[in-house]
Amino acid sequence: MKNQIQLQIKVPNQTRYLSLIGRISEELAAQLQNYSGDREALANHINVVLTEALVNAIRHANADNPDEEVEIRIIGTDEELLLQVVDHGSGFDLAGIAHSPATAGDDLEDHGRGLYIMRSLMDSVEYRQVEGGNILEMRKRFH
Amino acid sequence: MNLKLEDNGQVVLLIVKEERLDAHNSEHLKQELGRLFGEGKTKIVVDLKEVRFIDSSGLGALVSGFKNASARQAALKLSSLQSQVKSMFELTRLHRVFDIYTTVDEAIEAF
Repeated sequence: MKNQIQLQIKVPNQTRYLSLIGRISEELAAQLQNYSGDREALANHINVVLTEALVNAIRHANADNPDEEVEIRIIGTDEELLLQVVDHGSGFDLAGIAHSPATAGDDLEDHGRGLYIMRSLMDSVEYRQVEGGNILEMRKRFH
Repeated sequence: MNLKLEDNGQVVLLIVKEERLDAHNSEHLKQELGRLFGEGKTKIVVDLKEVRFIDSSGLGALVSGFKNASARQAALKLSSLQSQVKSMFELTRLHRVFDIYTTVDEAIEAF
């Protein structure tokens, strides 16, 4: 497919790498060929949703094990941006870590806004088992 | 996390000297706010002028500080939010919870 960007990055299961992935994702937003919206906002949104997804993988799926790793795949086409975060842990219940969208912000829990943020900024968010782990997949369509 | 603390005896100003407030460093901010309120400070401003990125963990640390303040009859105010940070407060509707000011001086004067 023409104009396709595909990045595959593996980092140790540690939050210190969040800023590195954030910077890469913001740079990538500047390179997407077919996006006509606010590129600065898109860059921040990709940074935010990948950060949220990575933290879920690091803390919940991989249970903060620093010897594990997390794999990030970023695929940009003319049609959409596809973000995948793969963990090799026992997974987690996506619904169990979230406020319902209706109540996010209306109550004052310290935790649980990550999924709400991901669902608000992306067109779809799915979490499913794959061979050897789990994959959190987010899509943002350009049209 | 790099935090700069200024205490004039009336108001404590906590300046977050980081570009990112995220799951890697937000626990430090949460603990520092807990320590200050625990010491009996009643007026704290968190200045976010240098922060250009915040995630749900960063928001959660500030929510924790807000609850800590409310439980002690103290107050926590925020100042100098960059546009992308402000948009995260709006997305999660937390802009309705916090007192947010354009500058540090405005936040201090509002006590």
